[in-house]
Amino acid sequence: MSRFAATIKQLSQYPSAVLGMFFILMLVGLAIYAMATMPLSQAIDLWRGTGDTWQYTPRNAAPAWLNLFPGINKPVTMDFDTRKLPESRTVEEVAPGMWEVRVSFPFDFTYDDFPTEVNVFTTVSNTTARPFLSMKWITPDGREIPLVDANLRSSESFRLDQDSRLTRRLGGQPARIGLFADPNSDKLVPLKGRYELVAEAVLFDADAELDVRLVVYGQLHGLAGTDHRRRDLTIALLWGTPIALAMGLMGAIGATVTTMAIAAIGTWFGGWVDNLIQRITEINMMLPAFPLLIMVGTLVDRSLLLLTAIWVALGIFSGSIKSYRAMFLQVKESPYIEAAKAYGASNMRIILQYMMPRILPVLVPTFVNLVPSFVFFEATISVLGLGDPLLPTWGKVLSEAEAQGALHNGYYYWVLAPSLLLVFAGMGFALLGFALDRVFNPRLRSL
Amino acid sequence: MAVTNVPAPSLGAPAVARRRAKTSALVRVLQYTGTRIVAIGVAVVIAVYLTILIANMGGYVDQMRIAAIREGVSMFVYQAEQYRNLSGEQKRQLIEEMVQVQIQALKLDQPFFIRSFRYLWNGLTLNLGYAEQLTSDRGSRQVQHILLDRLGPTLLLQASGSLLTFFAALFVGLALSRGYGSLLDRIVVALAPSSSAPAWFYGIFLILIFAAVLGWLPFGGMVKTPPPANKWEYFLSVLEHLILPVSAVFISNIFAATFAQRTFFLIYSSEDYVEMAKAKGLPDRAIERRYILRPTLPPIVTNLALTLITLWTGSVTLETVFNWPGLGQLFWTASRLPDTPVIVANTIIYAYLLAITVLILDIVYAIVDPRVKVGGTEGQGQ
Repeated sequence: MSRFAATIKQLSQYPSAVLGMFFILMLVGLAIYAMATMPLSQAIDLWRGTGDTWQYTPRNAAPAWLNLFPGINKPVTMDFDTRKLPESRTVEEVAPGMWEVRVSFPFDFTYDDFPTEVNVFTTVSNTTARPFLSMKWITPDGREIPLVDANLRSSESFRLDQDSRLTRRLGGQPARIGLFADPNSDKLVPLKGRYELVAEAVLFDADAELDVRLVVYGQLHGLAGTDHRRRDLTIALLWGTPIALAMGLMGAIGATVTTMAIAAIGTWFGGWVDNLIQRITEINMMLPAFPLLIMVGTLVDRSLLLLTAIWVALGIFSGSIKSYRAMFLQVKESPYIEAAKAYGASNMRIILQYMMPRILPVLVPTFVNLVPSFVFFEATISVLGLGDPLLPTWGKVLSEAEAQGALHNGYYYWVLAPSLLLVFAGMGFALLGFALDRVFNPRLRSL
Repeated sequence: MAVTNVPAPSLGAPAVARRRAKTSALVRVLQYTGTRIVAIGVAVVIAVYLTILIANMGGYVDQMRIAAIREGVSMFVYQAEQYRNLSGEQKRQLIEEMVQVQIQALKLDQPFFIRSFRYLWNGLTLNLGYAEQLTSDRGSRQVQHILLDRLGPTLLLQASGSLLTFFAALFVGLALSRGYGSLLDRIVVALAPSSSAPAWFYGIFLILIFAAVLGWLPFGGMVKTPPPANKWEYFLSVLEHLILPVSAVFISNIFAATFAQRTFFLIYSSEDYVEMAKAKGLPDRAIERRYILRPTLPPIVTNLALTLITLWTGSVTLETVFNWPGLGQLFWTASRLPDTPVIVANTIIYAYLLAITVLILDIVYAIVDPRVKVGGTEGQGQ
């Protein structure tokens, strides 16, 4: 423990290590937060987005904090629901057996741009007869625009943009523009001020319930924005963190330890051991690893765990074993090994204490580069469309952004958020590793 | 691995001993080369066979192929004018006969185990056959034509990217190890972690900046559509499309590669014999050439060889992100279909190229590094 503390103390002298540890701690914090707030199964369900999970969020909306920048004032999603705002609904018995429900959602619209969609959702329960609903829109300058008159089934969604009669009434503009446009301006600009949606319905049952939900979809939404399937990217970005960290560490440890140990043993014992290892390496080197992985991914299973395991296995007897061997061969011929042999050091002692430490300066950067490389490995296979079929990961966000032409369409946030997290993970470990390298290899410290 | 048992030269006959040592050295080199060729040959055969097994999913692909044949034949029989008067039973019989003819023509009636060896033999003799679904740009079904179409673009992209990076890193690394601790040195050290991200990742950023926001360079592809008829314009267009992917390869590798070379040279320049040479007052150039570059040559040669090998497979993801019509993208498309002959052919050629590289590397190794002794009693030193 004291050795650990000493290492930390030494590390804190390197600014790059401090920065790296900061990145890693931030990601670990994010991972803990993700795991604490939402079980993985829930995240997976949300990310698959079955049914109407994602009805109430806008499509391809940028993050809401963009509004903090000067000059940007784009609408954010506004969501009004009678279930959450009970005071917006008043019920009055107008005649025996007839109740009039009035729902009013007044709200201030102060943005410089139009929303992307306007929808009204209604649900009716415990009713025998279909209630009649009539909705109108009151603009800040006092105009009253009738929206919809309808007999309600148990649940309805009114997509006002697609209502062609309403569009005609609004002078050919879809509702998202027509309802907000300033009639006195030559240009198409929204009129700022207090709007109000009024919905009136008549119910015929004493215990009947009418719920109304108005969603004015913004151009901006949430902390990370949304994708083409209206999913909130925060889920995948948050839950991608623990997945990425786990994959990176497991992959790197598995790969480094096995490869170096096998190279050292092969070089030292020589003979048939070395021969066998070299033959396996040669066969393995001639197997095109990545295409094999693609074949497994397309033909067998796309589970991330399986693919990572295969990648580690294919990497054990890889080119790096050959370069380790090249180093070990030279090390083996060094005089100090000769000396160790002369005083009768055991094979294991020579391998573990004399040979492996000698190439550590070259090995540590390799290990360090491996953690990010396994983090990026997930992203790489995802970009190729081989991402895990279930897990929400950074790579899958990135691959969907690529597939949907996010860069062509200017949805930069969609690419930037997962990329930045990947950079944090990659840089965090790499920066820390570079400093660790100096701490554990005193020889490098002076370099 | 004691290849030869050279009798110890007797003290009394130095000339004979020298001649003996010389011939035995030649024999050893020949024997060594021979065993290497055999060993690498066996490795190629096993690697190709494994790929054939995987690419055919152990014979499962053939079931799909037979199902496809049956479907095609059924469609033909039920739609063709001349068979309209046949009864249902007759039609079924006819279909069965035609399917059997095709299966026999493709020799699919043999067990997969036997066929796999025929595939292996065809592959090893470079009888690459015909693709199942993919075609070359001119519409040829021959696998070799398809591969040749894609080879050029891949080599262009990878060779410019990797070789540029390799040599830049080598020379800059050497320069940095001389001017150790300089500002440039510290910058390279600080930026080395940037190489933890793969090339395609930087590619996305480069596309974002230079294609999407600034609009200076194309998003992807190798040449604009339609391709310019003028050769010079064609060249310029390819060059324009090459800038972003090559920059992506370069940026993603250069800092770590330079750092590795620099550290490598620094480690070797702190050896005792270098200190000794310095103490003797040798000029820096001579120290560098004789005592630093010489022992570092074998690992550098290995590095270069391995870099050259990766050229062949190309980078599947980089080519996908940049929509570059190379071998990597071909492999990707072929694996998704799956188009087994194309996958296998790609592997075979990769294996052959690698085998040749490894063999040359082994021989070069023995030449450039006298400490790696050919055929000596390995394991216990000498």
